[in-house]
Amino acid sequence: MRRMFSIATAALLSLALVTGCGATGGQKSAEVIKVGGNLELSGGAAAFGQYAEKAIKLAFDQQNAKGGVLGKQLEYVSADNKSDPGESTVASTKLATQNKVVAILGPMTSGNTLAAVQVVTDSKVPLITPTGTSDNVTFENGKVKPWIFRACFIDPFQGQVAANFATDTLKAKTAALFIDQKGDYSKGLATSFKENFERSGGKIVEEEQYVAGSDLDFRATLVRIKASNPDVVFVPGYYQEVGLIVKQAREMEMKQTFMGGDGWGSPQLVDVAGAAALENTYYVNHGAMDDPGMTQFIKDFKEKYSSEPDTFAALGYDTANLLIKAIENAGGTESENLRSALENMKGFQGISGELNVDPATHNPVKSAAILQFKDGKSVFMTKVNPK
Amino acid sequence: MGNVTEQVLQQIVNGLSLGSIYALVALGYTMVYGIIKLINFAHGDVMMVGAYAGWFATTTLHLSFIPALLIAMVVSAILGVLIERIAYKPLRNATRIASLITAIGVSFFLEYGGMLVVSPQMRTYPPVFPDTIWNVGGIIIKYGDIVMILTSIILMILLHVIVKYSKIGKAMRAVSFDNEAALLMGINVNNTISATFAIGSALAAAAGVLMGVYFNTINPLMGIIPGLKAFVAAVLGGIGIIPGAMVGGFFLGLTESFVSGLGASTWRDAVAFLILILVLIIKPSGLFGKNIREKV
Repeated sequence: MRRMFSIATAALLSLALVTGCGATGGQKSAEVIKVGGNLELSGGAAAFGQYAEKAIKLAFDQQNAKGGVLGKQLEYVSADNKSDPGESTVASTKLATQNKVVAILGPMTSGNTLAAVQVVTDSKVPLITPTGTSDNVTFENGKVKPWIFRACFIDPFQGQVAANFATDTLKAKTAALFIDQKGDYSKGLATSFKENFERSGGKIVEEEQYVAGSDLDFRATLVRIKASNPDVVFVPGYYQEVGLIVKQAREMEMKQTFMGGDGWGSPQLVDVAGAAALENTYYVNHGAMDDPGMTQFIKDFKEKYSSEPDTFAALGYDTANLLIKAIENAGGTESENLRSALENMKGFQGISGELNVDPATHNPVKSAAILQFKDGKSVFMTKVNPK
Repeated sequence: MGNVTEQVLQQIVNGLSLGSIYALVALGYTMVYGIIKLINFAHGDVMMVGAYAGWFATTTLHLSFIPALLIAMVVSAILGVLIERIAYKPLRNATRIASLITAIGVSFFLEYGGMLVVSPQMRTYPPVFPDTIWNVGGIIIKYGDIVMILTSIILMILLHVIVKYSKIGKAMRAVSFDNEAALLMGINVNNTISATFAIGSALAAAAGVLMGVYFNTINPLMGIIPGLKAFVAAVLGGIGIIPGAMVGGFFLGLTESFVSGLGASTWRDAVAFLILILVLIIKPSGLFGKNIREKV
C-alpha cells in the first residue's frame, strides 16, 4: 500500500514537472533568443573571459534597446569554464542541453574551445570563439568542423607576422623560443614563428619550455636562454607568465627584444612586469585600441563599466555582433540556417576590422596589428594585411 | 669556461631564494605533524591567506615591508588556531584518515572561499623593495633575493630559539614526545597545540608575503603547488624534525634550479616528486629521521 502511494506520488510529481517545463519553455522561446557564453570567468585566463563577457552584454543590451533581433529580445546565459578544458566541456553541455541556447559564444582560448567541439557538434549548436586562434580549432585533418566558428585570425598567421616583423623590421638573425609546454596555442604559434623565421634565413638558437599555471620562477631557464645570446626572444604565452618572464629576464640584465602574440594583450601584463621591463617588447594583436574604429566602443564600454576595455573585449563585442548579423541573415534561429549564415558571412564590419569567413575552413580573413610597449602602454605600430 | 661557473653560481642564488620559501612552508608542515601526527594539507592555503593579508597591508594601508609582514603573520596565526580549534580538535581522537580528509576539505574551503571573497583574478604587489640589482662577476643578485634569504634565516633562528629554550617550546617538545604523559605532567596540551599551529601558520604567512613581493603576483590558488613542494621538502628532511624541514626546503630549491639549468625545465616537477618517492623507498624516515620502531 505504502509502495503504491509512493509510486503514485512520484508519477504525479514528474507529470507536474513535465507540463510545467513545457509551458514555460514554450512561452519563453517565443519572446527571447537565448545565447550562451562559455567563458573563462575564473582561473588563469580570467582577464580574457571577464572582459569579453562585459563586451558581449554591452552588445546585447545595445541591440535589445534597438528592439532586439527580428523582434525578439536577446538573453545572455553565462557559464564559467574556470580556464579548464574539462570544465569547458561541462559548461557547453549545460548550455546546450539544459539552457537550450541557440548559439554559444566563447571560450577565449584554443584549448578550452577544442574541449567544447564534440558537445556542440552533437547537439548542433553553433559555437563562435572570439579568440581561439589555434588552426585546428575549426579545421583539422582536411575537414572543416561544421559547427565551430571564430572571430579572429589564426596562429599560423600570427606567427608569420611576428617572424616577418623580427627579420624585416628588427633585423634579427637569431631567436630563442620560450614555450608553454601544455598550451596548444603556445606551441602552434612557436611552430609557425620558427618555420617563417628559418625560411627567411634566421636561426633558432635555443628552445625552452615552461608550465603555465604552476611556474613562477623562470630564472633557472632564463639563465640558459641568456647564455645562448639571441637577438630576439619569442614568448608565445599568456600575460601572467609572460609578465613574470619579462620581469625576471630584465632583472637578470637580459637586454634582448621580447616578442609575443595576442596572449600579451591584457593591461595586467604591465602590472606584473612593470613599465620599465616592457621597453623593447612587441606583440601581434587583433587590433589596436588607439585605432579610430574603436572610439565609439571604448566610450560605450567606459560608460557602462567605468573601466577601459582591452582587445579581448573588442573581439567579444565583434563576436556578439557577428552572431546578431548571422541571426538576421538566417531570418531566425533554426540551427542549420544559422550555421550556413555564419559560414557564408561576408563583409561584416567589426570594430577590429572587416571580416570575411572562408566557408572551406571557417577562418576569417582579417588584418593583424603590431603593437609596441612604451612607458607601460601598448602603442599601435603597424597593420599587416593577410596575403 | 668561466661561463659555466657563472651559470652554476647563478643557479645556486636562484635555488637558495626559492628554497627559503619551501623551507618556511615546510616548517609548518613538520611542526604540526610532529605534534599531532596530522598532515595539514590546508597549510599551503594558509600561506595564500597570509599573502593576501600582506597585499592588503601594502596596497590599502600603504605599509612598508616589515609591518606588512608582521600583520600577515598575525592574521595567519589566528587563522591557523581557528582552523585547528574548529576543524581538527573535534577529530583529535578520530582515525587519522578522518583528520586528513578534513584537512583537504579545509584546503578547498580556503581556496574556493578565497575566490569568492577576493575574486579569482590575480593581484599584483606594489613595489615594496628597491629595484637594486648587484652584478657580482656576472652573477645577478637582487635586493629581493637577499631579503628573502635573510628573512627566512632570521625566522628559522627565532623558531629554533623558541623551540629549544622557551617554556612553550619545551611544552611542544613534551607533547610531541608523549601527549598523555605531558598531560599528566600538567602541561596544557590544547594550548600547546594551538601555539604550534599559530607559529607554523605565521611562518607560512611570511613565505606567502615573500613570494608575493618577489614574484609580484598572487591568486587564491597560489598555495597549492608551493604547499605540495614544501610537503615534499618536509618528508625529504624527515617529517616531524625541524632542522630536516629547513634542509629539505633548501635542497629542493637547489635541485629544481639545477634541473632547469640543465635544460630539463619540463622535468623539474617530476624530479622533485621522484626524489620524494626515492626517499620514501630508501629512507622512509627522511634524511634527518631516526629509525624508531612504531609502538604497536
